[in-house]
Amino acid sequence: MTAAALASRAPSPGVSSRASDILFRHRWLLLALLLAPPLLWIGIVYVGSLLALLLNSFYGLDEFSGLVKYEFTLSTYAQLFQRANFDIIVRSILMAAAVTIASAIIAFPIAYYAARYARGKWKAFFYLAVMMPLWSSYLVKVYAWKLILAKEGIVTWLAEITKTSWLLNSVLGLPVIGGPSLSISYIGMFLVFVYVWLPYMILPTQAALERVPGSLIEASADLGANPAQAFRTVILPLALPGLIAGSIFTFSLTMGDYIIPQIVGTSRYFIGQAVYAQQGTAGNIPLAAAFTVVPIVIMGIYLWVAKRMGAFDAL
Amino acid sequence: MRSSDDAKAPWPLSVLAVGGLLFLHLPLALIILYAFTTEEKSYQFPPPGYTLRWFSVVWERPDIWNALSLSLRVAAFATLLALILGTCAAAALARARFFGRETISLLFILPIALPGIITGISLRSAFNMMDIDFSYWTIVLGHATFCIVVVYNNAIARFRRLSGNLIEASMDLGANYFETFRHVILPNIASALLAGGMLAFALSFDEVIVTTFTAGQQSTLPIWMLTELIRPRQRPVTNVVAVFVIAVTLLPILAAYYLTREGEHIAGSGK
Amino acid sequence: MTTAVRFQNVSRHFGTIRAVDDVTLDVAEGEFFAMLGPSGSGKTTCLRLIAGFEQPDKGHIEIFGETAEGVPPYRRSVNTVFQDYALFPHMTVGENVAYGLMIRGLPKASREERAREALAMVKLSGFEDRRPSQLSGGQRQRVALARALVNEPKVLLLDEPLGALDLKLREQMQEELKSLQKEVGITFVFVTHDQGEALAMSDRLAIFNEGRIVQVGRPSEVYEQPNSRFVASFVGSSNVLPPDFAYEHGGSLNWTSLRPEKITILKNGQSTPPDQVSVTGKVAAVHYQGSQTRVTLNIGELRMTAHAPSAMGTFVEGQSVTFHWPREALHAMEPKQ
Repeated sequence: MTAAALASRAPSPGVSSRASDILFRHRWLLLALLLAPPLLWIGIVYVGSLLALLLNSFYGLDEFSGLVKYEFTLSTYAQLFQRANFDIIVRSILMAAAVTIASAIIAFPIAYYAARYARGKWKAFFYLAVMMPLWSSYLVKVYAWKLILAKEGIVTWLAEITKTSWLLNSVLGLPVIGGPSLSISYIGMFLVFVYVWLPYMILPTQAALERVPGSLIEASADLGANPAQAFRTVILPLALPGLIAGSIFTFSLTMGDYIIPQIVGTSRYFIGQAVYAQQGTAGNIPLAAAFTVVPIVIMGIYLWVAKRMGAFDAL
Repeated sequence: MRSSDDAKAPWPLSVLAVGGLLFLHLPLALIILYAFTTEEKSYQFPPPGYTLRWFSVVWERPDIWNALSLSLRVAAFATLLALILGTCAAAALARARFFGRETISLLFILPIALPGIITGISLRSAFNMMDIDFSYWTIVLGHATFCIVVVYNNAIARFRRLSGNLIEASMDLGANYFETFRHVILPNIASALLAGGMLAFALSFDEVIVTTFTAGQQSTLPIWMLTELIRPRQRPVTNVVAVFVIAVTLLPILAAYYLTREGEHIAGSGK
Repeated sequence: MTTAVRFQNVSRHFGTIRAVDDVTLDVAEGEFFAMLGPSGSGKTTCLRLIAGFEQPDKGHIEIFGETAEGVPPYRRSVNTVFQDYALFPHMTVGENVAYGLMIRGLPKASREERAREALAMVKLSGFEDRRPSQLSGGQRQRVALARALVNEPKVLLLDEPLGALDLKLREQMQEELKSLQKEVGITFVFVTHDQGEALAMSDRLAIFNEGRIVQVGRPSEVYEQPNSRFVASFVGSSNVLPPDFAYEHGGSLNWTSLRPEKITILKNGQSTPPDQVSVTGKVAAVHYQGSQTRVTLNIGELRMTAHAPSAMGTFVEGQSVTFHWPREALHAMEPKQ
């Protein structure tokens, strides 16, 4: 190649080159320009309003005027311990726990099968089969269950043709968790919660199970364990971080939800509905804020315990 | 987990697994079925008859069209904001090391990690305190916040897979920062951005919890559906809309999945 | 003779790590210059300092007389061939090669023409429409080379470019690179940890250790006259003799280097030639290497290695054997401390 005349080596001193030179000389500038807009957004819009809410929880409602009194007080938190409010909290926690346990039990076979026995295109199929319900509309899913659980719906019909209506009615007759129909009962709510959050439990569990090398199971068999023992001592502990990661989702989402209890529920409130009600017509923002703090604190503790148990290694 | 290749699953496990999958999908199938029923006052099963007329009823309803239009407009703008801000954040946080980086990374997960009700009520009380009226913009504000997180996650995963050498090679060959972005970085992250954008769109289109807190009198499509759920009018109409929503949210998800799967070829280095 | 690259007391720190520690260096125009050293010795950082990906914390860098500090890579007349080639995966081979020309604004026909010429020069004619993922390692390396050379840089930097190639390919590429450099006449600065490669290809080389240059010179100089124990053992293999031993066996009271090939093994029935020094020990190890055999002796606590033609016969462990060498073969390095 000849050293013929080429365009001069330095690129034309256009605007972009000069701007680049400035960015090059001051590396931090590039970082700042990239990070500032999103950080400001999240910082101001999200964190800012979150802090404002938490701040509100330390205020109280003036008894006479019903307006918010901007003075620091812990009385709003004290109200959480009143019978009615405390019931709401306990109810939400119990439901969240039940949903979490049930999801774990149902999710495990699916995750185990997908991790251990699905190959090639079946693996992709399983993945899609779990992802699609996960991503399809939340509201549509809740609605689907309202259809299913309705008094005249498919469950009743199935019970009739299998002659198990007596079972259905006795289940509905159970105190506390039963109700006039499945779609207005704790059982119904429980079923819908499990259904909606199930994919959130399957995916991390599957990921954790996939990380267990098959050789470990063979090794335990080699050392004399029967399948049940291998399951208890090898597979389950290794899958546990995935289950815990999934449980973070199911627990947190159940505690904060207010739509499912509203649509498939009784008139007894859950935390989400309490928040919605308090900030609505009641105008009791401090109490709504205090209610909101409850799931935050519970999830904080839950996350801390989960981190200690190594759940985040699975994510 | 790989056991010996020809291991077959014990049949109880297979039954449970397939049963679980069916459990996940049957309700959606039922919704589609119910869109054709002739019975409009209840959820009777089996459906007494089948008809297509609800589809034309939906076509005529202005409230549905308004709700749909609002949902699309909100999703579009929220996605646009999310693409810009989420990509910037991902570019900044993918590789740089600086004080406070871990904390800032955590900040970008919060809007999705904390339940929607917290986001919703925070925004609502903030708007109240600042005397801002609820409008299209307040809805967008709420949606963009979690959409940013979705785009950020997709973008940062791709940025991390991008070999750092490519940027150096480009600059070595004479391209400045902007030219490098245009010719090297953008082509390699394009599909991740597309995937993130589609996920964000689907998420925004479907979102109901935060929206109920940040909308005033307006209805997005999910809010319309929520109202119908609480006080149903013509039930099959709701089903038809539900079928439509299933389609609209499912297609972007599938596309996003395929876009992010072919990652092995993209952004590799030369060995 | 113009200086292509000049380092004056250049230092680059990463926190407490001194990657480059007070390095002074001149690379002449048209030279094939190698920077050799173990991992982490600073040679790659020096290369990146020339390219512009790093900036010096202290000291001064000049490229053909122009100050380089503060100048971004895209403004330097320097191009790099990266260790992992860094080919743009979303472009064809032709587009990769023409990238620099495209940025500079050359019209399409003209840059395609030049890209073809560059690919022909690296013996990859006709590969313009392929994708990097379709190429073998050796082919990618050539594309990276063409992509850099097509811009006619004043200095070409190569960062361990042959590391990923298998032995035969590597030897072939060494020859091709050397003749390519002669053909284009550009200054090449080449980083490697393979001392055989550096000796074979370079006009001059610099040995790096822990961020500093320990010796600079022509390959024969560095090999025959290593200035320290480090160089003696890093460049080629050498027997490093402690000062006392060296003094008693024909040398001076210094750490001394004695290359194995300079040692002759005494055959049975022969005696040491009068002008040579000898030593006797027990065979500790024998390594057959085809045309030659490496024999290692234990002499007290010292181990010495010599090369014998395999035709000489076999050696057995524990056997008593005598080595001898001429006094001139001893090269004094550092004095006894």
